[in-house]
Amino acid sequence: MSDKKMKDQDPNTTGHSWDGIEEFDNPLPRWWLWTFYASILFAIVWTILYPAWPISTKGATPGLLGYSSRAAVAADIERYKKANAAVDKKLTSVPVDQIEKDPELLNYALNGGAAVFRTWCAQCHGAGASGAKGYPNLIDDDWLWGGTIDDIHTTISHGIRFASDEDTRDSQMPVWGDQLSEQEIADVVQYVRSISGQKADARMAEAGASVFADNCAACHGDDGKGNRDVGAPNLTDQIWLYGGDVETLTQTVTRGRHGVMPAWAGRLTESQIRQVAVWVHQQGGGE
Amino acid sequence: MSILSKHKVIETNATLLLVLSFLVVTIGGLVEIVPLFFIQNTIEKVQGMRPYTPLELAGRNIYIREGCYVCHSQMIRPLRDEVERYGPYSLAAESMYDHPFQWGSKRTGPDLARVGGRYSNEWHVHHLTDPRSVVPESVMPTYGFLLKNEIDGKYIADMLKTNRMVGVPYTDEMITKAREDFKAQADPEADTDGLINRYPGAKVANFDGQPQLTEMDALIAYLQVLGTMVDFSTFIPDASR
Repeated sequence: MSDKKMKDQDPNTTGHSWDGIEEFDNPLPRWWLWTFYASILFAIVWTILYPAWPISTKGATPGLLGYSSRAAVAADIERYKKANAAVDKKLTSVPVDQIEKDPELLNYALNGGAAVFRTWCAQCHGAGASGAKGYPNLIDDDWLWGGTIDDIHTTISHGIRFASDEDTRDSQMPVWGDQLSEQEIADVVQYVRSISGQKADARMAEAGASVFADNCAACHGDDGKGNRDVGAPNLTDQIWLYGGDVETLTQTVTRGRHGVMPAWAGRLTESQIRQVAVWVHQQGGGE
Repeated sequence: MSILSKHKVIETNATLLLVLSFLVVTIGGLVEIVPLFFIQNTIEKVQGMRPYTPLELAGRNIYIREGCYVCHSQMIRPLRDEVERYGPYSLAAESMYDHPFQWGSKRTGPDLARVGGRYSNEWHVHHLTDPRSVVPESVMPTYGFLLKNEIDGKYIADMLKTNRMVGVPYTDEMITKAREDFKAQADPEADTDGLINRYPGAKVANFDGQPQLTEMDALIAYLQVLGTMVDFSTFIPDASR
């Protein structure tokens, strides 16, 4: 038998032979085998030390070390909270308009506020706070609801037209499409273009002036300079939230605009709100 | 290693091989299957969880159809950086009515487990229509076509029934009123007392700002409820997890 002959010659074959092809029977590499056994041992030790088996109705086996991922994250958060506790307390106890006078608080608020802004605000107001169509630019000095640190703080805390916050800033620009004729809307659009220093049809603007006085002036003011108590924008400064071209203005007057900003009082801490308020106030347009 | 070189004894005895194989498969099976009998203990008792409203459920189906889960996870891990960015870590109870759950495994975009209430409905319309208009660095595809796809909830009651079959506690009343609730949630003028009664905390709005009911309404209704159901003021984390 040829396979017997092969086996005698080389004990490291299985002894099978077919058409001259034989199969080695070498052991597994030792390093691999020992790593394999070590992994099994490691797994057993791990399940004894750490939470592992969900085999009771109360929860998983707790493990000898008493580790809990939830306790760990709570401790981690607590550690940072503690480290900032003193400055957070100072930040939330001084009047809002005094924060920027204290260099330590200002420094803390600017750095913390930048992080808060990037996380929660940049999606609408842009990474550089320059806004987008429908989302106000925060680095200019044009403010809908006021640009003092107190105003900004209130806006961030309670939001704008955010229904679930009782103290939210609220106003409703009427849907004038229901109340004015198309001609009246076209006229008042030309009037708004004329007071904002853009090219306008003089005859239509003249007709629009009386439409404006009867309907729009109550909120936007007789001179169209707006009213911050009701968040009515200044229409004369050529800074537009939605756009100052005829088409956009017509849309705005016809359908109204009811932009919403969420209230952050529930989601962010008072300290975080103050930090980001200071950051926004320091962007160049703060009053 | 003398015992390890004795495997030939097993390999040449069919009965022994069969018996030992069966033993190994049994042990492996028990280790994998027995914990499933106790799976309920992984779901915390929390207050506020309710099944999705019919409109939210339709939105969830659109979320799955469009493959949102490929780029967005819905699972905030218990790590400090995630908790500070997204809010409290996700609880098992928060996806107990999800079939299948949407935890996801990849974040090309941000986690969406607590996106509800974070942005206005209008923002969602802008962002889904043209993500770059509000987030210039975004790589998200545009979903403006959702504004054109009108839906009428023709099969929504069946969808609720299907979910009930896999364990979501929809009542008979919820199923009979499904289509009514479906339309009412996107209509601020509608009588929504029944809807709110059946689904506490459901947000009623014309989500997409258009008069007709579209897939955009449904998707935004779903996004706006994500992560907002559990009342965390009454939640006490279990120390053994």
